[in-house]
Formats: sequence, structure tokens, C-alpha cells
Amino acid sequence: MSDSAFAIVFFAIVGGALRVSTPFMFVALGECLTEKSGRVNLGLEGTLVLGAMTAYAVSYHSGYPWLGVFAAGLSGAVLGAMHGYICKLPKVNDIAVGIAMMLFGTGIAFFFGKAYIQPSAPRLESFSLGAWTGNQQIATALQINPLLLVGIAVAILMAWAFANTKWGLIVRMAGDSAPAATAMGVSVDLVRFLSTTFGGFLAGVGGAFLSLFYPGSWNQGLSSGQGLMAVALVIFARWSPVRCIIAALLFGAAGAIGPALQSVGITQGYYFFNAAPYILTLLIMIASAGSKRAMRDVPGELSITK
Amino acid sequence: MSAVAAIPLVKPKQAISIETVGMTKIFGSMAALEDVSLKIEAGTFHALLGENGAGKSTLVKCIMGYYHANRGTVLLDGVEVDIRNPRDARALGVGMVYQHFTLVPSLTGAENLVISRADAPAVIDWKKEMRGLNEFLDHMPFRVPLDVPVSSLAAGEKQKLEILKLLYLDQRLMILDEPTSVLTPGEADEMLGLLRGMAQRKEITVIMISHKFREVTTFCDSVTVLRRGRKAGGGNVVDLTTEQMAKMMIGDTVIREGATRKPRPAGDTVLELVALEAEDEEGLPALDKLNLKVSAGEIVGIAGVSGNGQSALVEVLSGQRPLKNGRIIVKAQPFEPDRDTYHRMKIFGLPEEPLKNATVPKMTVAENMAFRTFDRPPTAKFGWWLSPGPMRVKAQELIERYRVKTQSPESAIADLSGGNVQRAVLARELSSDVDVLIVANPCFGLDFASVAEIRAQIMEQRNRGAAVLLLSEDLDEILELADRVAVMSGGTINYVSSIEQTDRTTIGKHMAGH
Repeated sequence: MSDSAFAIVFFAIVGGALRVSTPFMFVALGECLTEKSGRVNLGLEGTLVLGAMTAYAVSYHSGYPWLGVFAAGLSGAVLGAMHGYICKLPKVNDIAVGIAMMLFGTGIAFFFGKAYIQPSAPRLESFSLGAWTGNQQIATALQINPLLLVGIAVAILMAWAFANTKWGLIVRMAGDSAPAATAMGVSVDLVRFLSTTFGGFLAGVGGAFLSLFYPGSWNQGLSSGQGLMAVALVIFARWSPVRCIIAALLFGAAGAIGPALQSVGITQGYYFFNAAPYILTLLIMIASAGSKRAMRDVPGELSITK
Repeated sequence: MSAVAAIPLVKPKQAISIETVGMTKIFGSMAALEDVSLKIEAGTFHALLGENGAGKSTLVKCIMGYYHANRGTVLLDGVEVDIRNPRDARALGVGMVYQHFTLVPSLTGAENLVISRADAPAVIDWKKEMRGLNEFLDHMPFRVPLDVPVSSLAAGEKQKLEILKLLYLDQRLMILDEPTSVLTPGEADEMLGLLRGMAQRKEITVIMISHKFREVTTFCDSVTVLRRGRKAGGGNVVDLTTEQMAKMMIGDTVIREGATRKPRPAGDTVLELVALEAEDEEGLPALDKLNLKVSAGEIVGIAGVSGNGQSALVEVLSGQRPLKNGRIIVKAQPFEPDRDTYHRMKIFGLPEEPLKNATVPKMTVAENMAFRTFDRPPTAKFGWWLSPGPMRVKAQELIERYRVKTQSPESAIADLSGGNVQRAVLARELSSDVDVLIVANPCFGLDFASVAEIRAQIMEQRNRGAAVLLLSEDLDEILELADRVAVMSGGTINYVSSIEQTDRTTIGKHMAGH
């Protein structure tokens, strides 16, 4: 491989990481918030798919892709609120509800989404980080979307809020010691309901990115499990919003290996490289299951640790 | 309730007095609390004594507003108040430290304090808050590091932080529920001394639930004793002897004489632990090169503040936790924690929380009592064909001999009271020849009568020649039963002495890790 090809592969992976990571990022941030409040929402895969469908449909009908993004967030919030409400009922297991919500979310997305597989909706604008190099290939590779920056901003805001605001502390309190929160007069159920709802909003926005930017169309195989991988990613990030960003970029880079190699003509093992994110998920789950360090950062109220 | 005071606008900075009149709380058809009246002057350190189920917790929960008393009133500083929930209590300056901590483990001390305030700001200016907190700490008799997560604090520091929290919230009547159960004797004395000092300066009024006479006589001004939901007596501590208080607590219940320790020549070493190492759930060392020998016919008592590896040691010995390093030798043979070895080497045990660790709660008393023998004759033929008849007969016999109160051998063991579960498990474990007995906190939460009986059983096994390893958080229990005492701290044994050659202070020092 020549130097220039190597550079192209490198920039393609970096660019791919920036591009592919955004949905991971939003779902992971949503899940991070939900889990910090002491609940697991496995349904975010469904939220992601429904968000993608909603964003595409709204963008197609209104002509405003950003309106689609907002609508996707709302649809996610509705699913999150449903999850939050159902889990409030006595003797309900949040994992089981999450799986049901995942099937429900993808189900209604496919049902209403049939009509939008063919038409083409206006997509989100992007700008290039690589324009200054004057190299057309690099410029194309480093196309990034404003949503990526929004995601990073949300992560930093969340990290700050967890440490410096009353609401942040209350969410952590509900997630770590429900008796302590109750003793202080905090309604743990309400905190978790709101956290799950807002977490759903973020995951919905992640879905909008899928259908309105990259890959940039609506079809049923759009998400291919990214919502579920993002849940694994939160464990890897040990419940820190900023680490969620780094982990999402890592997953994104893994997902970009296959296409990047293809762009310089290496097609051998294409499917193997495309499977990189899934392999990475497996490795991370194995590593973190054995990692005692992760166990220390786990919110005390999470049902997976009880 | 007619003349109910409005919640005062200015929070009290001074100790407040409290009076309850005719407090009665009925659960179903049973009165948990009946007509209890007590009066505690401002600046008093008051003890609330009583056995489990005597109504101490019910009384303070009524005061705190967790329960609504069926009858009776609470007066603070002579004014009748209506406390409907803990928040009302907080606004009136009444706070409580619970046995289980109510601090949030992952939050730092500072975060815990600030968020507990009713007027916590939406955006927290940490510079300003830390300045305020440090100023507050300057006026306190003790300090606690505020910038590390509470989960990394020692139990004593957590307890202090709980008390600091009450003071930070200006709660000048504090109710403490057995505050010293997680502390070393040294830490306990220090903390109670500080509280006493503050009470004497009329800064706080303290109500302490306790069952340790030593603490009551050393630190408290006055005492109220409850028995079966009624006030059984009380008064100034200086006017009462320990015997009088004990008499008030147990009433006319006859207590079995403790089995006497028969002098025995030193036996052979039966149980030997060599450099044991084990890890906790988080991969941190729970046992750290622990060495100990127990001989036939002696009780070795392991003292220590809870959380220093005692549970891990019991779990290793009962096969619930893998051993990372080290060797366990029983009767000069290597020990493997499997069913066959336990049977062959005659190793028996009573773990802590027996309902969780030594029984299957939903199975019957008879079945639970047969766990040791169900696969051997006469209960089993050919090692797999079980006959319920002999099982029931055996259970019936054990129930009578150990006075287990159960409706029938066919009741689920989970339906029994704590003391009876303990007796049932002990009956099972002691029903055949015992060479090694491992007991952990055998009397936790039991009434006087059961305590005396269970201790007598343990002593009898020793007199018969069993090697007994007794782990207990109750130092008095160890001082009463043990021939030798070993102190466990940080997952290892750092002090061993025969009981005659040591005392409470020395043991306490080693418990603190010195």
C-alpha cells in the first residue's frame, strides 16, 4: 500500500468514525442518563428505528430536515415515557419491558414507514473539516454533520450537570440509593420517568441522523442493532457522558474500517471488516464482565447489578 | 388535635425538648406501642432501651412521622406539633440517623450535604458552597473528608457524616438508631463523648436507641425502657443499676443459665488456616494472608468491625467464595469445601443471616432440617430414594429438643421468626457429632432468652471437644464465650491472645487496625 493510499484509508477511518459514531453517541447518552437514574432501557434500538422513520417522514412532508430531527426526538420521548410509566407499576421488570418496547418501536416504525422507502426526503446539510487540505478525497472523507457537534455539546453539558446542578445530583441519587432519595423527599419514580423520557428523546435524535444524513435513507435494515450496541457502550464508558463520546468514536471507527479499505480497492474480507463493531461489542462485553473496575462505577440501583 | 402549632419560621439553633403523651400505635390487632409517655429535657442524652420488638423503632417512627400514631401527641419545647411525614419533622428540627446509612454512596460528602438541603440551588456554585461547608465544619467537634465519594469512607466516618448532616440541617433533636453497631469501641466512645459534650452545652438533644448497657451507663443522662410496646420503667441513669435495667427489659422471663466453661487441657489443632487470600465482588482483596489455628475443645472468637473480611472468611469456609490462595487444613488433611468433606470431617456451621445462607426459605422446616442427612440412611435408601417418614420423625425430635416454635414440621421455614430459624439451623448442625463448628453472629437480633440458649449450645459443643470458630460483631459475646480472641482488620488477623491476657481497650485498638 502506497503512502497516499495509507493516508486515504486513515482519513476515511477518521471521517467514518465521525460520521458513523453520531447515532451511537446519542443513544449512548440517552441510555447513560436513564441508567444514571437507576433504570435500564433496552428499548432504545426500537426508539432509534422509530426516530429514523419519523425524521424521514416529517422531513419529506415538510421539507425541513431539522423539523424532522425534532419530531424524531419527540417520538423517542413518547417511547421513553411509555417505558418510564410502565416500569413505575409494581413488580415490573425494566429489562423485559425494554425488550417489549424494542419490538414495539421497530414494529410501528416498519408499519408506518412502508410508504417512505421509495421517496427521497431533504437531508441534513453538512460541512467539511478537510476543505483546507485542498485534497478532494480528504475533504469528502471528513464531511461532518452539525448533529455530531450537538452530541458532543450534550455530553459535556450532561457531565457538567451531573456534578454541578441540583437536578444532576438528584438523578445520581435516585440511581445510586433509592432509600436515600426517598428519605430526602425525592420521588424516585418521577426522576426515573423524566430521565427515561429525555433519554428516549436523545435516542430518537440519533435515529434522525441515520435516515437524514448517513446512510441517509429510510429502510428496514437501517439500524442493524446499533441501539443495542450503544447500551453495551455505556457499560464500556462506565457511565460517564464524556467517555460515551470516546467510546462512540471507537465504535464508529470500527464500523468505518470495511468501507475505508474498500475505497482504496481492498475488498478481501470486506464482510469481516464490516462485522468489526459487532466483534468489538462482544469483546467489550467479555472484558467489562470481568472488569471489577466497571462494577465500582455502576449505579447502585440498576437491576442488572442486583 | 386542636391546638397545632404552625411550623416556626426561625429554625431553632438550641437544643429542643420533647414530650410524648400516651403514644399508641396498633398494627392489625396487635398494639406495637401502647400508651407510652416520656419527657426529655432540652440538652439531655436520652437512651431508649428494649429488646427487639419492644416498640423502640415504632416509637421513634411515630415521632418522625413515618407512622401515624393511633393515639397520643408529641410536644416540642412544650408546644403540641402535628408531624405528618419526615419532612415535617425536618422542618421542626427533628432528625434521625438510621441503622442503614442514608448517604448516597457515589456522591461525595459535600454533594450529599448540599443536596440534602431543602433550598439546594439549581446550579451549585461549588466554590461558594465549599467555603460555607468549611466554615460550618470549623464550628464542629469533628471533621470528615468531604471531597471523596462516601463509598470510600470508613463506617465511622460515614456515621460522623450522618450526624454532621443533621447539624448542617440545623436539626437539634437527633434520634440515633443503634449508632455504634458499625463502629469500633474506640470510635463509638469518641462519637458518643462528642455528642454528650454537645448535649451538655445545650446544643442538641439526643435520643439513642441502644441495647448496650455499657454505652448507656457511660454516656447517657436518662433512660426509658420499653417492653412489649409498653413503658417498663426509666429514670436517671445514675439512679439505676445495669441489673435493674435488664430486669425492666425482660420482665419475668426466665433465662437459662449460661453453660459453664469446663476447664480442658489444650487439644490438638483441628482447624488450621494458612495464608488465606480471597477477593470480594469488585476484585479487591477481602482476605489478605490470614492465618489462624483452632484446637479441639476451644472457642476462638474473631472480633472486628463488620466489613473487614469476616463474611468473606465464612463464605470461604462454607464454599460460597473461591479461595484465591492459601490452604485450609482440617485434622492434618487438606480441606475441600464439598458435601462429602463436610460429612467426613464433621464440619458444621451457622452462617450469618441463616434464612438466606443456610436454608431454602420456601421448603418446610422438616426438609430444611434434613439438609445434612437427607441422602443418607435412614432417610434415604440407595442414596436416592427418600422416605418422608424418618425425615419427619427426626425433625419432630429436633423441634422438641431445641424448642423451635413452629406450627408443624410441614410449615415453610420462612414463616418462622428469626430466633426460631436460628434455632432450627443450629438444631440441624448440632444434631450429630461435631468436630468443627463455624458460627457467625449467632445471636444477632435475638431476644435475651434465645441468646442465652444459643450461647449455651455453643459452649456445650466446646465442652464436648469441638473446635469452635466464632465470628461476632458483638465484643461482649466474644468476651463471654471465647477461650482465645483473634482480631480481624483489613482482611487479616492482626492480633491473637488468650482471653485472660487481654481486655476491651487492647482489642478495640487492634479492631481499628493499629
